[in-house]
Amino acid sequence: MDERLRVNPILCSGHGLCAELVPELIDLDEWGYPLLSAEPVPRELRQLARRAVNDCPALALMLVRDPK
Amino acid sequence: MTAAMRDAATRDAASADRPAAPIGLPRLLPADGQPMNLAAHLRVHGQMHYRGGPRMLIHTIESAGLTGRGGAAFPTHRKLTAVADQKGAPVVVGNGAEGEPASDKDKTLLWSSPHLVLDGLQLAAEAVGARKIHLYIHREPRLVRRLDSALAERTAAGLDRIAVNLVTAPQRFLAGEASALASRVEGGDALPRFTPPRMFERGVNGAPTLVQNVETLAQVALISRYGPAWFRSLGTDAEPGSMLTTMRLANGGGGVAEAAIGTPIAGLLRLREYPAQAVLVGGYHGAWLSAEQAGRLTLSNADLRQLGAAVGAGVLAALPADRCGVVESARVLRYLALESAGQCGPCLNGLPLIADTLALLANHTSAPSARGDLARWSKLVERRGACHHPDGTVRFLRSALTVFASEVALHEAGGCSAHTYQPFLPIPAGSPDHKDDWS
Amino acid sequence: MTGTAFWFASRATGVISLFLFSVVAILGILVNRQGRLPGLPRFAVTALHRNLSLLTVAFLGTHIVTAIVDGYAHIPWLSTVVPFSSGYDRFWIGLGTVALDLFIAVIITSLLRDRMKPSMWRAIHWLAYVSYPVIVAHSMGASKDLRSGWLLALTLATVFAVVTAMGYRLLDALSAVPRHGRVPVQFEQAGQSRADTVRPDQTGSLR
Repeated sequence: MDERLRVNPILCSGHGLCAELVPELIDLDEWGYPLLSAEPVPRELRQLARRAVNDCPALALMLVRDPK
Repeated sequence: MTAAMRDAATRDAASADRPAAPIGLPRLLPADGQPMNLAAHLRVHGQMHYRGGPRMLIHTIESAGLTGRGGAAFPTHRKLTAVADQKGAPVVVGNGAEGEPASDKDKTLLWSSPHLVLDGLQLAAEAVGARKIHLYIHREPRLVRRLDSALAERTAAGLDRIAVNLVTAPQRFLAGEASALASRVEGGDALPRFTPPRMFERGVNGAPTLVQNVETLAQVALISRYGPAWFRSLGTDAEPGSMLTTMRLANGGGGVAEAAIGTPIAGLLRLREYPAQAVLVGGYHGAWLSAEQAGRLTLSNADLRQLGAAVGAGVLAALPADRCGVVESARVLRYLALESAGQCGPCLNGLPLIADTLALLANHTSAPSARGDLARWSKLVERRGACHHPDGTVRFLRSALTVFASEVALHEAGGCSAHTYQPFLPIPAGSPDHKDDWS
Repeated sequence: MTGTAFWFASRATGVISLFLFSVVAILGILVNRQGRLPGLPRFAVTALHRNLSLLTVAFLGTHIVTAIVDGYAHIPWLSTVVPFSSGYDRFWIGLGTVALDLFIAVIITSLLRDRMKPSMWRAIHWLAYVSYPVIVAHSMGASKDLRSGWLLALTLATVFAVVTAMGYRLLDALSAVPRHGRVPVQFEQAGQSRADTVRPDQTGSLR
């Protein structure tokens, strides 16, 4: 089942942890907010993506299962 | 939908005790322009008839082909069905908080024909099986009093099965956004919330919520009386019916008027008599069209979508040739940036930067990187907020930069073709400095 | 094992728990303020905060178990969670119990944080601030170890560091731009620095 990264922009305060952990899928814009890849998370990055979700200090990052 | 239900619907529409259906326009607004109290409403439109159970109205609405009049033009029957399908008692909210400074249609409708809206609320509530109704409007004392008295009239006449709770909202652009509305109805601030969940799934206090623009509800009340065939006698096949527009003609005239969908814009704005350099369609989240484009298009999404525009909230503003499109757009951008809820980083950061840069462009003091910056920031704010405020703002901005491209170039070179900077588009006086209440 | 060995173990792990908790608190404040430790990526600061807090659990658990197993103090097992129910040194041990209760709430909610509303998790996490003075009072009151010598000096320095960090956190919260003021502040900043954009940690303080 495809999983994709999604961020709650209201909770997000631009800590930037997620981009450090999964730079392949997450970049930061010029204000420090995450730019998420729209592609499904590749299997080999799933664990890192889950860690980024768990470690987000604002609990803003999510992995969602719905097909796009 | 059983044969019996279909028959009942046809019978209702042709019922002998009902006054004749309006021919042509107006439909929603009173023919003599006088606000209608309950007695007048009953004289003109006759009694409202409940359908006898949930869902029975939905097929009629589907046959009529009614789409939402709040800006998104979503098929109304699908919204009704989606809410009716949910588990748990739904809530209905009539959205009369248009928020859009350039639009007056909702407040005009509520002032002139409140009972059409209130009928529509009861019918919609019955259709989805709701037990709670709210009517959501901006905090305007005269309108509140008017609606209070309209509701009192109905209570005295025993018309409403469910009591309508009037909820007032701050005079802010985003107050009418669906999740902001839910937040405010719950008693909090009118601030957009993160979606999911969608309103029809979990809205006000977690209940499935039907949010419908007041004009849509008024249309429902009319369709329920006069039937789908009547409704379709105006408008186009794909977009049937009439709609309310707020027009600003190039000579300064205008106001709220009802028009059949598919009417040529040139006719509505009298562009031949009062030529314009450009036309703003939809509202401040809408798009500019060049005079030439507007001149050959009709007021319909079928025509407008091809140019990246939409009917939206029904605003049609014809910019006179003696104004500056860049200056007007810069004023609107500043307003839109100040109306950000300030909850999401990209919108909070990007919109003030965009507004500031466009202002510099309007003042001939922009940096050479201005256009590149605007393009970059537009991409950075789009679809990265909890609501569609940044998206609509970018749509407006991009259309301005396209339609006023030659004016932009002139400004970069230090010139301007305007004869006056008298504001044309309405920006609320004392444009909020954002300390204003959101509650 | 003699009673004395357990007693010493309890005192030693108690002292270590205090210092560990202090470091965890400072790291937590650092994460919240989007600060960094030199050379470490942000996710390492977060990881350190979490891992040291789990280490604290281990030392704290040992501290409590050894204190109870050692017969001298007659601390019933119930006193671990019910405050002020031990016979010995009821008040100071009771404070320890209060601190433990708060700490357990923080740890459990943090282990389950992806299953609860962020606002709920945050509210309970703030109990950590409440627990700190309680922990310090318990440490100084329940044992003479920290009241003299180098341990006293170390304790004072640590408490000072934590209080400073907490003060900084409080000041930041009080001076944070309220949500409705954020946009005008952005306008000012946009005006001042045309091409420059707002730096991430600056945006953080607009929370």
